[in-house]
Amino acid sequence: MTGGQGVTLRVEACGKTFPDGTRALEPITLDVARGETLVFLGPSGCGKTTMLRIIAGLERPDVGGRILFNEVDVTGIPIERRNVGMVFQSYALFPNMNVAENIGYGLKIRGIGKAEREARVAELVALTGIEGLVHRRVDQLSGGQRQRVALARAVAARPSVLLLDEPLTALDAALRERLRVELDRLLRTLGITTIYVTHDQTEAMMLGDRIVVMRKGAIAQIGTARDIYFSPASRFVAEFIGATNIVEAECHDGMLALPGGRLPIQNGASGAVVVMIRPESIDIISTEGAVLSGRVGDVSFIGDRQRLTVSGAAHKPLLVDAPNSLGIKAGDIVGLSVKPEAIRLLAGD
Amino acid sequence: MPFNTFIRLCLLPLAMVVVAFFLLPMVRLVIVGGSGDLGVGAYAAILFEPRFRATLINTVMLAVATTASSLLIATVAGLFLQRHRFPGRALLVAMLTFPLAFPGVVVGFMIILLAGRQGLIGSITLPLFGEKWVFAYSIQGLFLGYLYFSIPRVILTIMAAVEKLDLSLEEAARALGAGPWAVHRDVILPALRPAFVASGAIAFATAMGAFGTAFTLATNINVLPMLIYTEFTLSANIAMAAALSVGLGLVAWAALALARSFSGGTVAAAG
Amino acid sequence: MISIRDRLIFTGQLLFTLLVAAFLIVPAILSMLAGVTVNYFQGIRSGVTLQWVIQVWELYADTIARSFVIALSALTVTLIVGIPAAYALHVRGGRLSRVVEEIITLPLAVPGLAIALGLLLTYGGFSDFRRSWLFILAGHVVFTLPFMVRSVMAVFAAIDVKTLDESASSLGASPWRRFLDVIVPNARPGILAGSLMVVTLSLGEFNLTWMLHTPLTKTLPVGLADSYASMRLEVASAYTLVFFVMIIPLLVAMQIFADHKRRQGAGR
Repeated sequence: MTGGQGVTLRVEACGKTFPDGTRALEPITLDVARGETLVFLGPSGCGKTTMLRIIAGLERPDVGGRILFNEVDVTGIPIERRNVGMVFQSYALFPNMNVAENIGYGLKIRGIGKAEREARVAELVALTGIEGLVHRRVDQLSGGQRQRVALARAVAARPSVLLLDEPLTALDAALRERLRVELDRLLRTLGITTIYVTHDQTEAMMLGDRIVVMRKGAIAQIGTARDIYFSPASRFVAEFIGATNIVEAECHDGMLALPGGRLPIQNGASGAVVVMIRPESIDIISTEGAVLSGRVGDVSFIGDRQRLTVSGAAHKPLLVDAPNSLGIKAGDIVGLSVKPEAIRLLAGD
Repeated sequence: MPFNTFIRLCLLPLAMVVVAFFLLPMVRLVIVGGSGDLGVGAYAAILFEPRFRATLINTVMLAVATTASSLLIATVAGLFLQRHRFPGRALLVAMLTFPLAFPGVVVGFMIILLAGRQGLIGSITLPLFGEKWVFAYSIQGLFLGYLYFSIPRVILTIMAAVEKLDLSLEEAARALGAGPWAVHRDVILPALRPAFVASGAIAFATAMGAFGTAFTLATNINVLPMLIYTEFTLSANIAMAAALSVGLGLVAWAALALARSFSGGTVAAAG
Repeated sequence: MISIRDRLIFTGQLLFTLLVAAFLIVPAILSMLAGVTVNYFQGIRSGVTLQWVIQVWELYADTIARSFVIALSALTVTLIVGIPAAYALHVRGGRLSRVVEEIITLPLAVPGLAIALGLLLTYGGFSDFRRSWLFILAGHVVFTLPFMVRSVMAVFAAIDVKTLDESASSLGASPWRRFLDVIVPNARPGILAGSLMVVTLSLGEFNLTWMLHTPLTKTLPVGLADSYASMRLEVASAYTLVFFVMIIPLLVAMQIFADHKRRQGAGR
């Protein structure tokens, strides 16, 4: 068995077919570095939770699949002897134990003495900022406090791998944002190899060293947040991460031919193409001399910026982020400019 | 007609039936219990008169044994049936709950068929051990009868509780290193406690007051319902029978009330 | 992959559960067999016969008929008394309603023997009433009423009957019309479940009935106890068989009903 913090994790050809014949996961292979936080991101039913449960040891992969911690095959080892830490979406705090007993449970199971246990619990209580709650019953805790207790409990016994299943989903938006920051700091402090499952792209980009975008039981793309945001591998990834414009157009002589004008692109492609343009990389300019123009439809003031729809420029209305100081209203005719490097050619699908 | 009048009218038949056929008889029972040769002392006699006290202790012990055994048996079987899916499971569940509607007398007869003079157990032990085991009419037979009566009820309650268990709690315990034994001790059994209290109280109260089974089997065994019956019919000691009934009712009601204050739900005994 | 240890545990639990099931079901099967066997002591080899069932019919047909009459009468009374009461207790709410609910569920806690003694001490002097089957009916109503009331109240709690009632009243319906047109139809699942319980419990009631009956007002369970004490095993078994045949359809109906309700609940 592997001990201590931060192991390398290897998932090797792990697929999952449920007894009723449903294919939840295509065979997947990937490596996670020591101390890395890897986020599985995808819509519900994409297989991300199944992947997490296979790594945890709650599900067995189909024949041929293997899980390795520090190069050691743990596929046949049940979860209780795998030395993982897990945070459940519902937190799954034991209602028959108080906060301290919950946090110390994994240590107690490992036969660690009372004094050492108490010291470790106190350490984690301080780390997660839940001082003063140790003797509370778990049903007396708020959502955020439960989340912290669940996390403290999961890391108390210094697991090899920390597994988090949508740990912030049960919380309201404001709290989620605050805890995201806290969680990020905590994961960096602990340095445990971490697998994080979420459907929330902001969470994924903020917490993940790398992100695995999943779709229908298969990997759509693996990469850093920047890779995935700026260079999506497919239309699915582009549309799933952030707001985006998918533009279908004819391309020749390095120019994209659109109903509202022509846009220069870097890539030397020609013929029918699909490209992605993020709303924030389109600039509003004067119509004079503009290569592309359109009519402003809706204007939504969001605070730090305003989001416009501009029709007539492409086949479908374009989303454009404009500075919040720009005076503009529906019906205005505007010019648009896009830097050639901000136009990404997408593979099909 | 004003709404409040209508509501009162709706409650009128209930009030008449309950007052006439339940509250009044209960009051009468309490009064008669205190109006015999011993006066109100009849109630004290339940505890201090050696014959009555021995019967009371006997009945309580039998009821406690029934409760503990039913809980144990039903927990093992209920957890198993709710946690596994296998061919024939539905049939097994049906077999375990079928005797729910058997009255106490029929349960007594079932025990006679098992452990009576022409019983199944006797016909098995005769060739095996050279003697016929006949214990239907002893306290063991009565215990078996009470067990027969309460197992289906307790199993149903426990299966319903197991179905509602939060699986992620067990997974969390396992993730923290708990093996099957520790998961049962620290997660499953504590989560089933309300069901244990509720169904245990029902089993206890029912075993205390079970008359039908005792009537069929226990002509020679001292249990409270039989004592009441013989005081009333054979000895014509109506006051003492009434006092003993009141005592029996109080014990049964207290067990259920206590259970309810623990578990919060509604707990009731059955026939 | 299932480890050998897991498989051993599974097998052990299965055997245990089978043993418990056998304990419950084998005697029931034995009694059904004994009821159609020529001589139980010699076993089924002695031949199969309906003579015991016929004998039971000749001896005890009146108890069977009386049990049905009492059960259906108890059902009628509990419907008339229980449904309006459940409705009133639900919409009224408050502490008094809880106290009333508590009182009407007391007969579930107090042993039947005590209730029967109370009834005898109170009404034993009214000899016409004492001698008629209505005396037994009174006991059965007290014992089964809480099942009807609670079953109907459970439905009311689940379907928000208050809002339905209020919307019907906003459309101009009088309390009585609302009760008939809105409340009762919506309480139907609870009424049905409660009715099955009342009939099954009344048919099998012994504790009260034994104390309340006279030689002329024997019911089926009373007759059963009689036959267990004084008849040969085959007759007692045949009589028990008749009882099973009567209650099994009720049990099956209850089961189907519970499954149906569960499936509906799951589909929601």
